[in-house]
Amino acid sequence: MSAAGMNAGGSKAGSLIGKSMPRLEDKALLRGTARFIDDINLPGMLHVAFLRSGFAHARIERIDCAAARALPGVHAVLTLDDLKPLLTTPYLVVALPSPHFKLDLHRPALADGEVRHVGEPIAAVVADSRYIAEDALALIEVDYDPLPAVADCRAALQPGADLSHADQPHNLVAELRTEFGDIEQAFAKAAHISRADLWVHRGGGHSMECRGDVAIYDDVQDHLTLYSSTQAPHAAMQQLAKILGRPETGLRVITPDVGGGFGPKLIFYPEDVVVSCAALLLKRPVKWVEDRRENFIATTQERDQYWSMEIAVDDQARILGLRGEMLHDHGAYTARGLNVAYGSAHTVVMPYEVPAYDLNIKLAVTNKVPVTPVRGAGQPQGAFAMERLLDVVAQEMGLDRAEVRRRNLVRAEDMPRSKPIVTRGGIDVVLDSGDLPAAQADVLRAADWDGFKARQRAALAEGRYIGLGLANFVEATGRGPFEPATVRVDITGRISVMTGAAAMGQSTKSMLAQLVADQLGVSMQQIEAITGDTARIALGIGGFNSRQTVMAGSSAHLAAKAIREKMIKIVGHRFNAVEEELAVADGRVFVANDPERGMSFGEIAQAVAGLPGYVLPPGVSAGLEATEYFTQDAMAYTNGAAVAEVEVDVETGDVRVHRLILSHDCGQQINPMIVDGQLMGGIAHGLGNALFERMGFDDQAQPVTTNYGEYLLVGAGEMPEVSLLHRSSPTPLNPLGLKGVGEAGVIPTPAAIASAIEDALSPFGVRICQAPIAPQEILSLIEAARQNADANPAPLAAGMR
Amino acid sequence: MKVAPFHYHAPASKQEALDLLAHYEPEDARILAGGQSLIPMMAFRLARPGHLIDINRIPGLHGIDLRGDAIYIGAIARHAAFEKPIEPGPTGRLLADVAAAIGHAPIRSRGTFCGSLANADPASEWCMTATALGARMRIEKSGALRELEASEFFFGIMTTALEADEMLTGLTLPRLPADARHGFYETSRRAGDFALGAALAIYRLQDGRMQDARIVLAGAEPHPRRLADAEACLNGEVPSDAAFRAAAEAAANAIDPLTDGQVDAGLRCDIARAVCHRALLRSLA
Amino acid sequence: MSETRSISLTVNGRAVAADVEVRLTLADFLRQNLRLTGTHLGCEHGVCGACTILLDGRSARSCLMLAVQANGHAITTVEGLAPNAEQMHPLQIAFQEQHALQCGFCTPGMLTTLTELLRDNPDPSAAQVREAISGNLCRCTGYNSIVDATLQAAKKLREGVPG
Repeated sequence: MSAAGMNAGGSKAGSLIGKSMPRLEDKALLRGTARFIDDINLPGMLHVAFLRSGFAHARIERIDCAAARALPGVHAVLTLDDLKPLLTTPYLVVALPSPHFKLDLHRPALADGEVRHVGEPIAAVVADSRYIAEDALALIEVDYDPLPAVADCRAALQPGADLSHADQPHNLVAELRTEFGDIEQAFAKAAHISRADLWVHRGGGHSMECRGDVAIYDDVQDHLTLYSSTQAPHAAMQQLAKILGRPETGLRVITPDVGGGFGPKLIFYPEDVVVSCAALLLKRPVKWVEDRRENFIATTQERDQYWSMEIAVDDQARILGLRGEMLHDHGAYTARGLNVAYGSAHTVVMPYEVPAYDLNIKLAVTNKVPVTPVRGAGQPQGAFAMERLLDVVAQEMGLDRAEVRRRNLVRAEDMPRSKPIVTRGGIDVVLDSGDLPAAQADVLRAADWDGFKARQRAALAEGRYIGLGLANFVEATGRGPFEPATVRVDITGRISVMTGAAAMGQSTKSMLAQLVADQLGVSMQQIEAITGDTARIALGIGGFNSRQTVMAGSSAHLAAKAIREKMIKIVGHRFNAVEEELAVADGRVFVANDPERGMSFGEIAQAVAGLPGYVLPPGVSAGLEATEYFTQDAMAYTNGAAVAEVEVDVETGDVRVHRLILSHDCGQQINPMIVDGQLMGGIAHGLGNALFERMGFDDQAQPVTTNYGEYLLVGAGEMPEVSLLHRSSPTPLNPLGLKGVGEAGVIPTPAAIASAIEDALSPFGVRICQAPIAPQEILSLIEAARQNADANPAPLAAGMR
Repeated sequence: MKVAPFHYHAPASKQEALDLLAHYEPEDARILAGGQSLIPMMAFRLARPGHLIDINRIPGLHGIDLRGDAIYIGAIARHAAFEKPIEPGPTGRLLADVAAAIGHAPIRSRGTFCGSLANADPASEWCMTATALGARMRIEKSGALRELEASEFFFGIMTTALEADEMLTGLTLPRLPADARHGFYETSRRAGDFALGAALAIYRLQDGRMQDARIVLAGAEPHPRRLADAEACLNGEVPSDAAFRAAAEAAANAIDPLTDGQVDAGLRCDIARAVCHRALLRSLA
Repeated sequence: MSETRSISLTVNGRAVAADVEVRLTLADFLRQNLRLTGTHLGCEHGVCGACTILLDGRSARSCLMLAVQANGHAITTVEGLAPNAEQMHPLQIAFQEQHALQCGFCTPGMLTTLTELLRDNPDPSAAQVREAISGNLCRCTGYNSIVDATLQAAKKLREGVPG
């Protein structure tokens, strides 16, 4: 090799940061050789199917498994009683701690005598095949005593409401209040007060791969391995250790390739316990893969919230205060915590200067699937509430919607901007960096916001109703405290990076490899990235809250940097060269102007691997391995703005989104191609939340949308043309200035689309107060507005812009 | 979501299929054609037939016969067979227009024309088409054949005149005359979804005036039917937006609207009016 | 109790013979019996498109077919798209270059569906690509990169460039 043209540093660290690089994950995925949970097949493996409640709320009088057990090919039928000898507690105690809980609603591993939502697992059949296991489900007899079901979180808190849990005193699982400033004075001195009642509905994560577990018990070592499609393997391992009463050393949780997470896979589920128990009991490998019907009724969901809000502004439309109530549907159990409601409450006030805020939040227990984060985790609702309110202000004060926002956005010169709130973990909320007004200006310019009015008029003359909508957002990313990473070079020169972070499709392995390759001057392909394996690293928190790049990425960067420095030190000592004279490239560290004088990575690793009786290089510790626990308590706040252009068919109520423009700022990007991909996926999800995705329940809390013909995911035909605009305001919180991006696209999109629909329908004067909004509701709004206009013959409401 | 056990038969002839159907009908025997509706029902275990009689291997059921005055469509002719016009006349063009709106390519490659009719989903494009074109259904059982007009075939939501021991072995579609024009319009929540509403309008243009008008909707009512009131608004008229609007209004008034969680009666009528009007506008293209 | 049949078929150009339960779906047969796990099950009711394979060259849902129905037919799965172990199909290359996959779970169905499209229509418009994959759900990409990748691959294929 030659050092010609190379600077003294060889491959300069930092040269790979910010470059779009092809992903390591792709080849196996494209060739069909990836290994997802259902692709794991082991000799002697048995298959599990779950009997699930068909009632939203019922007492179980009797379970008779005799006929099911007698079916040829069935190895076991398990109820909670069968599991109890293996469990320290029948309950999954997973709630994030909070002083605001009024009820403890832990889920049992299998039904404990009362079922509290349709889909709750009651019994598990273990059989030679999934086909036989499902045959046996039909043979289990369960006597139910149906109880009144709570289907609506508003009804749940009415006096005399039916109880979601027969053994609890009420349905109020928690009440919390987010308040600061003098709210009374804000409203007392307001020049104008606007109000809105809003509803954001329930949807799911809908990863294309459902959940799954494969448990393998090794009775020689008394060791249990659980392959699980979890976003949080270490948390799952810790939960298993607690509920099974096993030492962590007797447990290993591995996340194989995962076909999308989007939040619900971060939860520890009853099925994870049951499948583990089945392997322990039967001493055979056991597999359960959730099917789509189960996914609709047993995997956690999100977003049901009712908001009743007031905003006080001065005569210049500057915000003085916000107050109101929010009601959050918690579902039937506490499967995570109060975090979604927190996220919603905070998101409201993040992008804007809000001097006073008073939001009271009630979380109601219902007989529906438990609620835990889905991509966005409460933030889309918060953004929807605030952005809808600001549109009302603009309309009522006769101001441009963008102008109202411009006057209230946090200014770049005020960064970092402290917010008078704390996270659910008690950490101060500080907008760390960013230029929100510039982000808004970006999208307005790209959308030709000012020129749109003419286009809108021209379209209207042809009978076409088009509209533009705008929303700003701030996303809380990089939830702490840490996500460790180990970088290791072995004596063959192979480089690996290991982390507790879990990959579920968001390019985590490529991200880690890119950061390590950047420091070590090799190609990404030379690095093996190992994610989601509790045996490879002691601690981990997992993949959620747009935290992997911020937390695991920072740790991997620092660990690789430490390895680089250590290698330079060893080689410098060997060749009597100082750091400035050395280069790192092509898997070697060498003297830049005399490349023969150098060592390969393998030789360097050998030098510190230890030989019996020989000393290590002076001042150098053993092993070419570094583990970093980069710790960041405060969150890094990504920001941006979105404009949507829609066309509404006023004869059918159909809404088509023609264009979506998103400006965003996630600080330093590592791989812009992947950043764009994350944004696009979030936008598609947000489009679904705005128009299509509706997890319906009837008045007995029976789910009524349990297949993909009834629950509508966005398809290729629904996606608009999308323009992505980038800014970069690196955060001071971590060495590379990284912020997360995984949820950014989903947060402003429903609000922007709702705003655009309202704009398109401005000739009628309708107000969009919910997401999703379906054709029927749009036509009803138009009809109501027409009748209102007939009854009160006044000029039609002027366009809002 | 694994299907329950069943017995499987792959008869080599139509006669054998009909004999099997007759023999196993008491044990809930079902014909397996394209399987695009039946297999999902079985996966959800909402259908648990005792016997499946797979007719995919029967020679002679796949064909589309263009030789006679009417077009013959065999029981296993798949949706995809109609994507390109099967004949140069207006009937071939009409069928191609409609076929493009059915599901997605992998559905069209397996699903069958006759299977759609036997399944009789209210939103089925082919049920609408068969009704508009006056299809004649060929219904066979072991030892017997009967024929029904489309207007006699559909009874209600997923209900037809077919008895449990009968099979729709094919149908004939009378060809449209050369001066026939058609317009087809469908609206659905997403591309390829079942129709929220669809309309097929056909008329002959003679001396500049519409004659023999036929209007049928899909997704509007429990089963498709000719909407005589709407057709009457067209016959004898010069094609015009006013005439089309009058027909659409008559169609919306004539239907007994289907409702579900997403669509109430008012919206269904609104959709019916809109798709009927737009189908007629397309007849001018 | 479980009725079986002997079947023989061609899978990715290779002759295969097996005894299968009559209720086994083609998807489960490919995945479980042949260990061709690239064909994915996302919904098992024919809507998501992840299990799409080519049956005698035409795209079909392998979750909506019984394995016995494949008797005598030729099946192509995602494992059969690349010409060899070193090279990938131009669609596969374009998918990587355009970041048209993230978790990759829907990708096999996208690739088989688009293989059919590009064979039948070597120069599709973006709208035609969207129509072709309208029955394939993806939660990660937002689809637009898949459309871009397909147009790129189509161009390469028209130019006769391998990849």
